[in-house]
Amino acid sequence: MAKGISKKELKKEKIPRVAMPEQDPEKRSGNFNEVTLGYTEEDALREASRCIQCKNPKCIKGCPVEIDIKEFIKLIREKKFDEALEKIREKNGLPAICGRVCPQEDQCEKECILGIKDDPVAIGRLERYVADREMRHIAEGIKKCAWSKVTKKCTKEKVAVIGSGPAGLVCAAELAKMGYRATIFEALHKPGGVLVYGIPEFRLPKEIVLKEIEYVKSLGVKIEVNMVIGKILTIDDLFKNGFKAIFVSTGAGLPYFMGIPGENLNGVYSANEYLTRSNLMKAYKFPECDTPIVKGLRVAVIGGGNVALDSARTAKRLGAEKVYLIYRRSEEEMPARDEEIEHAREEGIEFQLLANPVEIAGRNGWVNKIRCIRMKLGEPDDSGRRRPVPIEGSEFEIEIDVAVMAIGQGPNPLLASSVPDLNLTRWGNIKAEAVTGKTNIRGVFAGGDIVTGAATVILAMGAGKSAAAAIDEYIRTGIW
Amino acid sequence: MYKIIKKEKLTEDIDRFYIKAPLIAEKAKPGQFAVIRINEEGERIPLTIADYDRKNGTISLVSMRVGKTTTLLSGLKQGDSIQDVVGPLGNASEIKNFGKVICIGGGVGIAPVFPITRELKRAGNYIISIIGARSKNLLILKEEMENVSDELYICSDDGSTGYHGFVSGFLKEYLDKDLSGNKDKETSIARVIAIGPAQMMAAVAEVTRSSCIKTIVSLNSVMVDGTGMCGACRVEVNGKTKFVCVDGPEFDAHQVNFNLLLSRQKIYCDDEGVCFDLYKHKCRLPQ
Ligand SMILES: Cc1cc2nc3c(=O)[nH]c(=O)nc-3n(C[C@H](O)[C@H](O)[C@H](O)COP(=O)(O)OP(=O)(O)OC[C@H]3O[C@@H](n4cnc5c(N)ncnc54)[C@H](O)[C@@H]3O)c2cc1C
Ligand SMILES: Cc1cc2nc3c(=O)[nH]c(=O)nc-3n(C[C@H](O)[C@H](O)[C@H](O)COP(=O)(O)OP(=O)(O)OC[C@H]3O[C@@H](n4cnc5c(N)ncnc54)[C@H](O)[C@@H]3O)c2cc1C
Ligand code: SF4
Ligand code: SF4
Ligand code: FES
Repeated sequence: MAKGISKKELKKEKIPRVAMPEQDPEKRSGNFNEVTLGYTEEDALREASRCIQCKNPKCIKGCPVEIDIKEFIKLIREKKFDEALEKIREKNGLPAICGRVCPQEDQCEKECILGIKDDPVAIGRLERYVADREMRHIAEGIKKCAWSKVTKKCTKEKVAVIGSGPAGLVCAAELAKMGYRATIFEALHKPGGVLVYGIPEFRLPKEIVLKEIEYVKSLGVKIEVNMVIGKILTIDDLFKNGFKAIFVSTGAGLPYFMGIPGENLNGVYSANEYLTRSNLMKAYKFPECDTPIVKGLRVAVIGGGNVALDSARTAKRLGAEKVYLIYRRSEEEMPARDEEIEHAREEGIEFQLLANPVEIAGRNGWVNKIRCIRMKLGEPDDSGRRRPVPIEGSEFEIEIDVAVMAIGQGPNPLLASSVPDLNLTRWGNIKAEAVTGKTNIRGVFAGGDIVTGAATVILAMGAGKSAAAAIDEYIRTGIW
Repeated sequence: MYKIIKKEKLTEDIDRFYIKAPLIAEKAKPGQFAVIRINEEGERIPLTIADYDRKNGTISLVSMRVGKTTTLLSGLKQGDSIQDVVGPLGNASEIKNFGKVICIGGGVGIAPVFPITRELKRAGNYIISIIGARSKNLLILKEEMENVSDELYICSDDGSTGYHGFVSGFLKEYLDKDLSGNKDKETSIARVIAIGPAQMMAAVAEVTRSSCIKTIVSLNSVMVDGTGMCGACRVEVNGKTKFVCVDGPEFDAHQVNFNLLLSRQKIYCDDEGVCFDLYKHKCRLPQ
C-alpha cells in the first residue's frame, strides 16, 4: 500500500456525492421559490467527509479568489461551522451568493482530485451550507449577528465606487475594512447589480442578496441609490467632492439585439428587460405590483448562456405552456452552467439546438412567429468552439407570442461617454491594468464586467478585491 | 425619499409638483427627464423635468393622470414624499441662436416645451409658440409660455378657445400664410420643436416635411430603467434602432417611425387597465 492515508481515502471515495435536495420540477416550474433547498447538517457532514484533505489541494487553485477550501471543509468535518465560515470570509465576502451561482464545475470542483475518478466534492454546496446556516441562526436568534462586531467608523480618505454589483460591493467592503470611507453610487433604486435585476429569485433569493448587502453596509460602506454617474455627478465632480480614488464597476448592461427583421415588434424583449421586469420590478406579482410583463403562452428564448436559461425558466413560471430555447450551436457548447441546463430540461424547456433565428414575423404589431434556420458545426473559431454555419434551405417556423433575445450584453456606454479621455477597447470596455484595475486616468480604477465583458460573479468580486488593494496603495503612496 | 414641497392643480387631470432634489436641480437642463417610483410596489415611469430651481434645490414635474401610477401621484399632497426620483436622464435640448423658432406644445406636452422655449428665448431666438389642448379648461402654462414668446397662438380641439383645431392644422396655415401679415408665405423658420402625444408629433412632422424645416420631437416611449440597460424604449430613427432614454429623447421628426412608436406605446394597454381596475376596486374610486 502506498502512503499512510490512502486506505482511509479509498474508503471515503466510496461515499457518493450527496445530492442537493430540490423542489419537484413540476411544482417549481409554477412558482418563483428557490429550486435548490440546501443541504441539511447531516448532508453537509457526509459530503465534507468525502474530501480526502489532499496534501496538494488543487481545488484552491481552481477558485478565482483562492478560498482555503481544504481548511474550511476540515472545519465543517469538525462541526466548527462558524470557523469554517470565517475561513471562507477571509477570501470571499459573499459566500451565500457564490455557493449558489459560481460555475463550480469549471472552477474549484473541476480541479478537485476526487473528480478524476469520481464526482468531485460539492464545494459550492458546502460553502452555501455554512453561509445559510449563519443567516438562519441569526434569524432564529440562536446567534448574534457577527457583523456588528466589525461595524466601525471609517475615518480614512473617501473613495467612490460606481455600480453596486459584485465588483463594487466587494471593492467597497474591502476598502471599508481598511478604514476608508467608501461610498457606492448605484443607478437603480436597489443595490446588487445583476444579482438583483438579472438572476431570478428561484436561483438566488433576493433576501440573501439583501443580507449580504447589509453585511457590506455594516462594515461602514455608504450606498447611494438613484445616482446615475455621468448624469447627476461626473467623475470630475466626484474628485472635486473630495473622493481620492474612484472604482468603476458599471457592469455589462447594454442589451444586444441580432439585427434581424421584426425585433422591434411588440412582445419581443431583450433578456435584460424581461428579467428586470420580473426580478427587480416583481412583474411576476402583477397586478399586486404595478409593473406589467407580456405573458405569452408560447415563448422563444434565443441564446445558450445563463441569461437565456434564466429567461426561459422565468417564462415557464410566468405561465407559458411552451418555452423554446433556440441556440445556434449544440448543447456541448452552451456556456450556461450544467446544473441550470439540467434544471431547465426537467422543467420542460424545449431545446431547439443548432438553430438560429433569421426573422421575427408579426401581425398587427405583435410577434406571432419566429423563422429559424438549421445550423451545423464547422471549423473552430477564435473562441475555440466550432463555428455554426447555416444549412441552406432548412428554414422552419415556430409560432410564438413572446421572444426574448438573450444573445449577450455589451458595456453600457453612459458613464464612459461622460469621460471622453477614458481609454476604451474597440468594444467599448474600459481598458484597465490586470490585477490593479488602473485605467489611463489618474485615480480612476475599473473592474468587473465593464472591463472583462460579461463574465462571472466571482471574477467580478476578485477584480473588486484586488482593485481595493491597489487603491489603498495609491492613496498611501500617491504613486500612480 | 424625495419630498413634495408644493403641489398645484393646473387642470382637473394635470398637477404640477415641486420636489426637493438639490443634486438633480443642480444638473438638470431643458429636455431632460426623470424616472420616478412612488412606492415599493410601484412602477418606474418617466416624467420630463418641467423646470428646476437651482437656488432652492427643487425640480418641478407636471403629470397628467392617465393610469395607475399617475393617479397615485396625483393623490399625493404637499409634504408627502416620492420613494425614488432618478435624473437628470437623457440628452439636453440643443440651445443656441437659430433665428426664428416655432415651439409647439400639445396637452401635457406644453410642460416640457416650456423650459426649452425659455432657454431658446434667452439665447436670442425669435419665438413663435403654438400651444393646444382638447378644450379651454385643459390648457396649461399659458401665461408662462406667453412670457417667453414673441408670438403665442392657442388652439383647442373643440374650439372653446383660440384656433379651432389641432396645433398641426394651425401650423400648416401659419406656414402657408404668414399670419403676422408681413408676407404671403413664411419661409424663414429655422426650426420647429414639437412635444405632445405621438399622433400630434407625427402630424407636425408631416406638415414641416414638405417645407424641409428641421423639426425636433421628444419621444415618449415606454421605459423601465432610463439608463440604456433594458431596451424597452427602443424606437426606429432613420431605419436604425435607437434607445430613447440615452440616444434621445429628442430626435429629428422627419426620421422617426411614428407608427412603431404608437404601436409600442400600446404594449401594456390591457395590463395597465387590469392593474388600474384592481386599484380602483380596492380604493373604491369611481370607475
Ligand atoms: C441573467 C444573468 C444570469 C447570470 N448568471 C450567472 C451565474 O449563474 N453565475 C455567475 O457567476 N455569473 C452569472 N452572471 C454574470 C454575473 O452576474 C456578472 O458577471 C456580474 O454580476 C458582474 O458584476 P459587476 O459588478 O461587474 O457588474 P453588475 O452586476 O452588472 O453591476 C453593475 C452595476 O452598476 C450599475 N451602473 C451602471 N452604470 C452606472 C452608472 N453610470 N452610475 C451608477 N451605477 C451604474 C448598474 O445599475 C449595476 O447595478 C449572470 C448574468 C446575468 C445577466
Ligand atoms: C421621456 C418621457 C417624458 C415624459 N414626460 C411626461 C410628463 O412630463 N408629463 C406626463 O404627464 N407624462 C409624461 N410622459 C408619459 C408618462 O411617462 C406616462 O403617462 C406614464 O408612464 C403613465 O403611467 P401610468 O401608470 O399612470 O399609466 P399606465 O396605466 O401605465 O398607462 C396608461 C396609458 O398611458 C400610456 N403610457 C404608458 N406608459 C407610457 C410612457 N412611458 N410614455 C407614454 N405613454 C405611456 C399607454 O398608452 C398606457 O396605456 C413622459 C414619457 C416619456 C418617455
Ligand atoms: S467562491 Fe466559487 S470557485 Fe471559489 S470555492 Fe466558492 S464556489 Fe468554488
Ligand atoms: S481537491 Fe477535493 S479532495 Fe482534495 S482537498 Fe480539495 S476538495 Fe478535498
Ligand atoms: S428605458 Fe431601458 S433602455 Fe431606455
